[in-house]
Amino acid sequence: MELVLSVAIGVLTASGVWLLFRPRTYQVVIGLSLLSYAVNLFIFGMGRLRINAPPVLEKGGAGGLLTHTDPIPQALVLTAIVIGFAMTALFLVVLLASRGLTGTDHVDGRE
Amino acid sequence: MLLSLVLAPFAGSLVAICIPSHKGTVSAWWSGAIALFCLATSAGLYPAIANGEPLKYEIAWLPELGLNFTLRMDGFAWMFASLVTAIGLLVVVYARYYMSASDPVPRFFSLFLAFMGAMLGVVLSGNLVLLAIFWELTSIISFLLIGYWYHNAAARDGARMALTVTGTGGLCMFVGLMLIGHVVGSYDLDVVLASGNVIREHPLYTTILVLILLGALTKSAQFPFHFWLPHAMAAPTPVSAFLHSATLVKAGVFLLIRLWPVMAGTDAWFWIVGLAGLSTLLLGAYFAIFQQDLKGLLAYSTISHLGLITVLLSLGSPLAAVAAIFHTINHATFKASLFMAAGIIDHETGTRDMRRLSGLFRFMPFTATLAMVASASMAGVPLLNGFLSKEMFFAEAIETHRYNLLDTVTPYVATLASMFAVTYSLRFIHSVFFGPPPVDLPKSPHEPPHWMRAPIEFLVLACLVVGIVPSYTIGPFLHTAVQSVLGPATPNYSLAVWHGWNLPLFMSLIALAGGVALFLIMKNYLATSIEGPPLFRRLEGQRIFERVLVTLSWKWARSIEMRAGTRRLQPQMRVLILVALAAGAIPLLLRGFSPAEIVVRSIDPVLGFLWLIGIICAIGAAYQAKFHRLASLVLLGGAGLATCLTFVWLSAPDLAVTQLLVEIVTTVLILLGLRWLPKRIEQHDEQEIMTFPVRMRRLRDFALAILCGIGMMLISYTLMTKSLPETISSYFLERAYSEGGGTNVVNVILVDFRGFDTLGEIAVLCIVALTVFALLLRFRPATESLETPEQQRVQNAFDDKHPDRAKGDSIAEYLFVPSVIMRWMFPAIGLFAAFLFFRGHDLPGGGFAAGITMSIAFILQYMAGGTRWVEERLRIHPLRWMSIGLIVATATGLGSWLFGYPFLTSHAQYADLPIIGKVPLASAILFDLGVFSLVLGATVLILIALAHQSVRAPRAQARAARSAAKETV
Repeated sequence: MELVLSVAIGVLTASGVWLLFRPRTYQVVIGLSLLSYAVNLFIFGMGRLRINAPPVLEKGGAGGLLTHTDPIPQALVLTAIVIGFAMTALFLVVLLASRGLTGTDHVDGRE
Repeated sequence: MLLSLVLAPFAGSLVAICIPSHKGTVSAWWSGAIALFCLATSAGLYPAIANGEPLKYEIAWLPELGLNFTLRMDGFAWMFASLVTAIGLLVVVYARYYMSASDPVPRFFSLFLAFMGAMLGVVLSGNLVLLAIFWELTSIISFLLIGYWYHNAAARDGARMALTVTGTGGLCMFVGLMLIGHVVGSYDLDVVLASGNVIREHPLYTTILVLILLGALTKSAQFPFHFWLPHAMAAPTPVSAFLHSATLVKAGVFLLIRLWPVMAGTDAWFWIVGLAGLSTLLLGAYFAIFQQDLKGLLAYSTISHLGLITVLLSLGSPLAAVAAIFHTINHATFKASLFMAAGIIDHETGTRDMRRLSGLFRFMPFTATLAMVASASMAGVPLLNGFLSKEMFFAEAIETHRYNLLDTVTPYVATLASMFAVTYSLRFIHSVFFGPPPVDLPKSPHEPPHWMRAPIEFLVLACLVVGIVPSYTIGPFLHTAVQSVLGPATPNYSLAVWHGWNLPLFMSLIALAGGVALFLIMKNYLATSIEGPPLFRRLEGQRIFERVLVTLSWKWARSIEMRAGTRRLQPQMRVLILVALAAGAIPLLLRGFSPAEIVVRSIDPVLGFLWLIGIICAIGAAYQAKFHRLASLVLLGGAGLATCLTFVWLSAPDLAVTQLLVEIVTTVLILLGLRWLPKRIEQHDEQEIMTFPVRMRRLRDFALAILCGIGMMLISYTLMTKSLPETISSYFLERAYSEGGGTNVVNVILVDFRGFDTLGEIAVLCIVALTVFALLLRFRPATESLETPEQQRVQNAFDDKHPDRAKGDSIAEYLFVPSVIMRWMFPAIGLFAAFLFFRGHDLPGGGFAAGITMSIAFILQYMAGGTRWVEERLRIHPLRWMSIGLIVATATGLGSWLFGYPFLTSHAQYADLPIIGKVPLASAILFDLGVFSLVLGATVLILIALAHQSVRAPRAQARAARSAAKETV
């Protein structure tokens, strides 16, 4: 389980970083998205992986880490997902504007 | 009281800047009131400090760093505060008449008050760090004041030079003060003043001394840093009168006197301060003789007098310190009045050039008389205050303090400089007021308005009264000030005018006679000579300064940028990733990181299969991103889906829901964007371009990417296989229900425990949405993507071929059945969003998820019906939704203040509604409502702004066609 997820994180990171080095703006946007998947999974993994653990408490009860999932990484990742969306949107629009202004989709605005 | 003394000018400055610029008189009255208030406050505090005990006011600011907002007023600080406020008040009165209506007068008074506040802050600081802060403030505000007429190049240059020189000195001084704090162990002024021996005997003493002197000497325009002051004369005259008589340049003197008890008395002090002071005294006076600009003469005379004070301080004897304090006051009174007189002459005649001015006595006899008395005081004529402190200076100069050359030459230099002072004072009076009537002046001279002259009258009266009966007027105040500096070392001194026939008096007489003689010899030369003194004309500090600036900020900066910088993104990215990699790897390797043993048999088949697909998708997305953007987007979605399913599998339903929804929105968004991104066609000769360097570059990038991937894999595997250490998570798990009133811990953390973070996050979302909106408002799509998309062209061509169809029919009918279903989906999705929202506190869901769901409902309508169709039927105001969301979330947070709880404390309760049953009704749900509204608004705004481009596109097409037509013509 852990092995699969860490290989997944590794591959997502490698593909993301590779795309960051590419010269086309669209590649960079996709790369950032892939990288953010990797980072989100990594943060999530820091709460350790649990199958079939209850994420929600009983009414009136208190939970513990032995019986329940770790809520903090989840809360962090939840906000990270939304911010990641905002970032993608911003970069996409910058990409479009730069393409329209400079006539090329190279990251430096010229070939 | 102390606090109001410092805060009132700043508050007044804020008010003054709001006064409209044509209401100059109002702002003058306002600043006058503030200055009067400060003066009255300061005067009212005198009885409290007269007994020798300093008055203190302290607010803990960062007490653990020894940094408190401490105000401290002793006799010396009182004297300075009164000087600053009194001259400030007089200058305000003067400036009311000096400033012309066409200038932005409120800005002047606003800056003026702020400067007064900063100066009071320097004087009254009881903490070294606070003192440094106010010190920097005076530098910055003086920059703005000197550059007040910023349309004038000389004003800009002068302001920049003043800021660069005093700012650099200020930074050095700050380091020096920090070192003092380090040596003494406290920044508190009382503690510092009590530990003079500790500082003087510390090995760091010389370093501290040099750093602090750099600050004080640059501020006080001492040689070799004097050159900025004459250039600062480009400021309006009231500014010069204030800055260069009582405040800015005196700040350096103030610091020297303030730290005199702890720093002075050593050889290093004597040599550095004495050499600087003596050369400034002599050179300033010498330069002053040869100035043709009235204010230039006064500027160099100021430099020279500051040098005099510095020399006195260098001697290290208590009597000399008394003389220094006394001369500080005297110089402020006569120099302020002289600056104002020069301003009047400039104002009424239109020129300050002494070669053009002459014989003004017959036009303005009152002003002339006042100026004569003030310059006589500057020259040190008996019965005026300047004479008293000069006599004290002579007496101290004769005394032997140390057996070395510098001490021996001091009396001779003093007499010579004093002689020069007589010469330039005479010159000032003679060339302006006497001689034949002036010819072709820009204006016809006459007396100024009475109130413009009043401040000078007052100051000159003060010169006279202090000069004739010193011990009855200034005596007690001076004594309080001296005592607060010197403490038990206060010497016996006499302020009498007549001390009998002694050596200082003879020196004075020699200086007076010599000065008059010198003037008579040089009169004719000076009447026509060019600006600047002979011999030294070529040695201009300004030119050296500019040379240094050009080298530093242009040549060196450029060469460093050329060598180390790049404007290309890719190398920057490589450096960034390399640094990140090193920052991650080095500490791990140093601490002996060993990756956990990889155990293959524990593979979960479901997750394994899922990520087999996920990994293929990720690699595919990376591979296809250049030429097949759509394919890459689909593959990216595949990787996202794998992530989403991972969350489901690993007991994180909240994340899974959010990830799925965001995935949908992101895909739609990028699809919308792809419409405006022209295709990149794969060229077959691409293979041939793969030359050796290109291959190497790719190989390097690939290796780096692989390295990052392996690193992340090892770290995450090692961490995930270790058992979880004790974290704050258990705190949240235990208290989520009992204190947050919800069973969904993730949601409770977001809206309750860490609500403030969430508030910040939605604010970021808001900013991003607005940025996207703004960027798209002026968006010009790439010209290649302007024409109608291929699909629409095919459909239109189909319509054209069939006579029974009108153009556009196919487009309207395209996906007809699905679009009807999509329209029906709107209420269903809306209901689902409400469901997610209300269960959020107890079960997976919440404001984020609900907001995005609702935005999907909207975007689906756009897809089904088209932009125009939707906006005719639905009222869509994403900007309004966003602002409502932000207001609701913030108001909920503020609401807890009403009940006396900290910001964003939530209250939880269950309400029993009929039919529905128990509903959780925490105040957090209101906060979540704000989150919902904002997320909805932001997402819809981003998507719609992009979608609207197709509506705008026809216009853009028409524009492009027009410009193309123009070009062919």
